[in-house]
Amino acid sequence: MTPLDAHVPSGPLESKWTRHRAELRLVAPANKRKFHVAVIGSGLAGAAAAASLAELGYTVSCFCFQDSPRRAHSVAAQGGINAAKNYQNDGDSVFRLFHDTLKGGDFRAREANVYRLAELSGNIIDQCVAQGVPFAREYGGQLANRSFGGVQVSRTFYARGQTGQQLLLGAYQALARQTAAGRVRLYPRHEMLDVVVVGGAARGVIARDLVSGDLIAHPADAVVLATGGYSNVYHLSTNAKGCNVTAIWRAYRRGAAFANPCFTQIHPTCIPPGGHHQAKLTLMSESLRNDGRIWVPATAGDQRAPGEIPESDRDYYLERLYPSFGNLVPRDLASRRAKAICDSGLGVGPGGQGVYLDFRDALERLGRQGIAERYGNLFDMYERITGETPYAVPMRIYPAPHYTMGGLWVDYNLESTLPGLFVIGEANFSDHGANRLGASALMQGLADGYFILPYTIGHYFAQASLPRVAADHDAFRGARGEALEWLKRLLAKSGRRTVEQFHQALGRLLWDACGMSRSAAGLGAALDAIRALRTEFWEDVYVGGDAADLNQALEHAGRVADFFEFGELMCRDALERDESCGCHFREEHQTPDGEAARDDERFAHVAAWQFTGSDASPERLREPLEFSTVRPSTRSYR
Amino acid sequence: MRVVLHVWRQPARSAHGRFVRYETDDVTPDMSFLEVLDVLNEALRARREEPIAFDHDCREGICGACGMVINGRPHGPRRATTACQLHMRHFRADTELWVEPWRARAFPVIKDLVVDRGPLDRVIEAGGFISARAGSAPEANTTLIGKAAADRAMDAAQCIGCGACVAACPNGSAMLFVAAKAAHLAALPQGEPERADRVAAMTTRMDALGFGPCSNHGECTAACPKEISLDTIAQLNRDYLTALLRAEPRADTL
Repeated sequence: MTPLDAHVPSGPLESKWTRHRAELRLVAPANKRKFHVAVIGSGLAGAAAAASLAELGYTVSCFCFQDSPRRAHSVAAQGGINAAKNYQNDGDSVFRLFHDTLKGGDFRAREANVYRLAELSGNIIDQCVAQGVPFAREYGGQLANRSFGGVQVSRTFYARGQTGQQLLLGAYQALARQTAAGRVRLYPRHEMLDVVVVGGAARGVIARDLVSGDLIAHPADAVVLATGGYSNVYHLSTNAKGCNVTAIWRAYRRGAAFANPCFTQIHPTCIPPGGHHQAKLTLMSESLRNDGRIWVPATAGDQRAPGEIPESDRDYYLERLYPSFGNLVPRDLASRRAKAICDSGLGVGPGGQGVYLDFRDALERLGRQGIAERYGNLFDMYERITGETPYAVPMRIYPAPHYTMGGLWVDYNLESTLPGLFVIGEANFSDHGANRLGASALMQGLADGYFILPYTIGHYFAQASLPRVAADHDAFRGARGEALEWLKRLLAKSGRRTVEQFHQALGRLLWDACGMSRSAAGLGAALDAIRALRTEFWEDVYVGGDAADLNQALEHAGRVADFFEFGELMCRDALERDESCGCHFREEHQTPDGEAARDDERFAHVAAWQFTGSDASPERLREPLEFSTVRPSTRSYR
Repeated sequence: MRVVLHVWRQPARSAHGRFVRYETDDVTPDMSFLEVLDVLNEALRARREEPIAFDHDCREGICGACGMVINGRPHGPRRATTACQLHMRHFRADTELWVEPWRARAFPVIKDLVVDRGPLDRVIEAGGFISARAGSAPEANTTLIGKAAADRAMDAAQCIGCGACVAACPNGSAMLFVAAKAAHLAALPQGEPERADRVAAMTTRMDALGFGPCSNHGECTAACPKEISLDTIAQLNRDYLTALLRAEPRADTL
């Protein structure tokens, strides 16, 4: 087995990207419009890439399943975006951002990518300000910053609690400008169902028009997947209802390797689930941990209202366990500790599934106005959902699936193992290792879209041989036929259970076996259970309606069918990674004080799974990880 | 609690629609309005009836996908609340709710509660942006923006593009939507060079797309889940006049 080659340029870490950029081949301006790029997804990564490629002169198509590109789920990111500007004079630097991100990811990310990300972080802020993103400002007119988990500097830029929305509108508006200029064609309400491979390279997609049900064959010279993460495999997550694994899963089935599928982030600060009708979970931004203090009653069964529990009877467990980072430890630690505390019977609220996030002290210090200024919209959202106001009563929070570090494997050029298929943003695996730090997803999506892909895709075009293919090419006809067949199969069964019921059952299985803590026994059992449930799905599901219409149950059915196949790969990956690292906590591997115990001897690598056939076991490829500047240490936030 | 729903059912754009009455007992006060529709849809599937089509995605009130008129009011009766964030604790048991799609000439119904809001994207394409190519930006802190101006920009920039303002307006105007974008970008120095062109182009496009004129009813701002202020419309009108009076309109935006 040959290890995967990430094509990382040689030379010192600090100059890799600069040198690589100088060496990348270019496409002449007049030739760019002859190249057609299909961008799937219109979130931060997709919209930024589509707009930037069009600005350069490429011919771009941009697909999204939402009715407008502005609704992609990046819109929901609350807290902020990191950049190593060092505006606070608090010792920040590109190296520190790089180091924090690499360490935060528990040394399971590719060093060269992370360094490049840190290097580009400042350009992103510049770009967004130029577009008119209304970042928070100081009275003197300069940009304001806040701090986030896992770091000791303030480098997070924000637009109230709606940073993702504002950054996305910036990218969306750039995209709109290119659409008006005729260089981008939008395909809203279209869902990609397959990548079409011709001559060993990705040459287009099959997409379903969600209104008419038509399956369109869409040839292109390169395909860019910017389709986000797969947290909805757990059924309940903070992701939008439509988020799915379908695009990257279908690409995997066409030959693109899938890296670290078990690296899923469970976010510590979400509103705990209510009843069984719960459709999704709502995140409360990590930025709240700047001023909110997390605690539980010191003794189990303390039924007093939180305000009546005196200091002496409270356990501020994060501050106690991690005195130097306190409430701002990375997400994986905060989540795991919350679970452990609740499992030990100290949790608060219905079912004991919650801990307090208390603003009492911050309200005394900053006043109601000061707190409203920082978190007003989050407090309002919390009150709207729970009926309680955090100005008076501490929030109750519990961890929930939020982000997926795993995704399609890409090399340094963001190209997957399938030539001509590029993967950007959350859909790829590259920069966050086994745990993502807060405010760095937005950074990565925009770095990929504005500043990396536009260079590397040109290099691909400059050297690839791409004979013209038309929509009636055999490969397109074949893929379209398969997609049609698949939809028919979904609609054929008139079983007893709805798609939603199957999705719930799958989600529960994965949450228990492949969520915040995992074990060989649990994962083994889950693998069997998922297979059994998948068989039941194909025998007993009822979808209803038909394929030539707006059919939301059919959309959901296709996504859940893919989640079934994918969930199996996730558990398999978690089982094979016989160590703990970051979010991946294998109960068999922990330090005496309950932290993740990495095994660098055996697992300092990326695991990338190669599809070998529907009924065959996938092959586990490796990309060894080397660290030239930072020696992997045991993460300590104590 | 029990809830009676009269939901607009329309199989396709060209088909006739009508209200259909549904009853459900399976509602708890902590459920959101969309979760009620979820429950109803599961019940409809169990009876082999066609579920109700409605747009929704983030369910956090930020993506702008959901939108329906509930008892005559876009997004329902609560101030500053999208349908996905509208919780049943605000309704009495046995309440009767009439649920219909956005009604506006510019938003044709696609199916049931789903409408085509594409025209809002077309308005932004006409000029709702600052032309700033990736790679051309100066260092961010060289552009100083006072906190008050930044806050004003942010107030207007919060628009989620849901279309409630259009649905609320007796004229089916998109004035508040256009004004919010214009005000966001006009509050910032970066937006200044294209200010007049932007306003002229977006307004012209809005009219061409079948949105009605603004006659200052103010229904839009009352329905807006992000409480975009009517002041933005006053500013849009001023900027529009300036645009008409300026010497050299840009050929490519008008």
